[in-house]
Amino acid sequence: MMVDMTAVYVLWLREMKRFMRAKSRIVGALAMPLFFLVFLGLGFNRMTVPGMTRDVSYIRFLMPGIIGMGLLFSSTFGGLSVLWDREFGFLKEIMVAPVSHLSIVIGRIAGGTTTGLIQGIMILGISFILGFKILSPAALFLSLIMMVLIATTFLGLGLIFASKLKDMQGFSIIMNFVIFPLFFLSGALYPLENFPFWLKYLSCLDPLTFGVDGLRGLLLGASTYPVVLNFGLMIFFSSVMLFLGAYFFEKSESV
Amino acid sequence: MDAIRVENLTRQFNGFTAVDRISFTVQTGELFGLLGPNGAGKTTTINMLATLLKPTSGFAEVGGFDVARHKDAVRRSIGIVFQEPALDTRLTGKENLEFHAMMYGLPREERKKRLTEVLELVELEEKANVLVEKYSGGMKRRLEIARGLIHWPKVLFLDEPTLGLDAQTRRRIWDYIKKLNKDRGVTIILTTHYMEEADYLCDRVAIIDFGKFVALGTPSGLKDVLRGDVVSLELEGETAALLGQLKKLDWVKSIKSHDGLLSLTMEKGERRIPELITAAQKSGVSVACVHLRKPSLEDVFLHFTGRMIRKEQAGQGERLRGGMPGSGRRR
Repeated sequence: MMVDMTAVYVLWLREMKRFMRAKSRIVGALAMPLFFLVFLGLGFNRMTVPGMTRDVSYIRFLMPGIIGMGLLFSSTFGGLSVLWDREFGFLKEIMVAPVSHLSIVIGRIAGGTTTGLIQGIMILGISFILGFKILSPAALFLSLIMMVLIATTFLGLGLIFASKLKDMQGFSIIMNFVIFPLFFLSGALYPLENFPFWLKYLSCLDPLTFGVDGLRGLLLGASTYPVVLNFGLMIFFSSVMLFLGAYFFEKSESV
Repeated sequence: MDAIRVENLTRQFNGFTAVDRISFTVQTGELFGLLGPNGAGKTTTINMLATLLKPTSGFAEVGGFDVARHKDAVRRSIGIVFQEPALDTRLTGKENLEFHAMMYGLPREERKKRLTEVLELVELEEKANVLVEKYSGGMKRRLEIARGLIHWPKVLFLDEPTLGLDAQTRRRIWDYIKKLNKDRGVTIILTTHYMEEADYLCDRVAIIDFGKFVALGTPSGLKDVLRGDVVSLELEGETAALLGQLKKLDWVKSIKSHDGLLSLTMEKGERRIPELITAAQKSGVSVACVHLRKPSLEDVFLHFTGRMIRKEQAGQGERLRGGMPGSGRRR
């Protein structure tokens, strides 16, 4: 099976055009993370965060978690957007083209990752306005890579669900029983140190745990697990999810 | 060379046979129609020929390539306009065409040229940079036809190309289809449940019902089967005696009774109506209404299936619920 770079590019381009045109989508993708960041951050700001050094205020602790949250939601939805294409018929136009399914999957992932990254950078930009400072350019660069890994992981997850579901009916179930549990388990909002041990073990199955922790290590200089471990696990998770996403997409029938 | 060769093509969905061992060939340059009610298996057939569905059994070749084994080669040689719009409404018309041209690997220069050409063909040059969500149904359909042509397909599939369009737009679409086929020599397969569409456009028509071909031929050839005009009588009263009488008349070629209507075929129908009315009166039946029709494909459908295709449309719901397990699936 060959990867057709033109097909990947044109699918990516389509995603970019759609993203740039949907102003409401950009606002929507930013609004919720921002509300979380501002209200939770300011509301709990005086609290000290267990497991973090004294100089890490809650709003600083929260910021990488909110980037992770934004990526979790937008990427899973990005993967699920195959369902919208199926609903609106456009999936057939894509599927009947003489390009491999792998190219289609890669094109989608590329598009979704780029929009996720744009969103992450915007949240990062806003936190600079709120007074956040980066540790080093290298750390910033690595945190962007971490964002890409988080995005691809959940794009893959979204693709798996999109290939298994036939319409949008399962959407709220996925929202309530997959996305929210992943979000709360990850420690994006609070340190996992407070969890009872069984919840802590459970959180180790959640890729977002390591994604957010890695971002904390890179952006704050403080994390639960070593940054290298976080990277290794995220590379593992994203590869597995991508593989499974592509596999299920390949097997699903398009009409 | 045949553009399409199909042998015993079959597709089943959860035990329900949507397409049942159909066989046919379509010659290069031909305009071939699949005519039948909704749910007859037309779209399933098209989807198999376009490599979107795997045949359960049987064999099909498009442009000389096996649809099961050489998907990419088949895909490269076909264009398709689906029954429901398959456009990205958030993109402009031109962007939709560009997307397609790039997916099919047209080089940059040729892409530009082709886009202008096909937009001109369907007269959408002025709307090219408008978002598709602002397009009317007819414009969307024309854009899709244009898109299906960009990559010079050898075979163009049109699945219900005028479904849901008003009469005027339908005429225009018909003209495009004719033009494509006659002037440019594109082989076209279209599905429809509109009789007059099949009659007006197609060189040959296959009538399909419950997944099977019931007849295949040129529209005029199929109508010749009926040997004459159709006279329908709406009768009131006991019709058995009249039926017996009519059966004895040698100029009555066939008699079909359905929904209180009597359909008779004969030559020179307009000259026979008075005789028919007299015969009815003699056997104590009153004639409420007489209708003379030169034969249409509708009558051909009636002749082969014993049902009217239009009745089928109305009774669709029941048929889907009763006869198709797992029919919630879209196909």
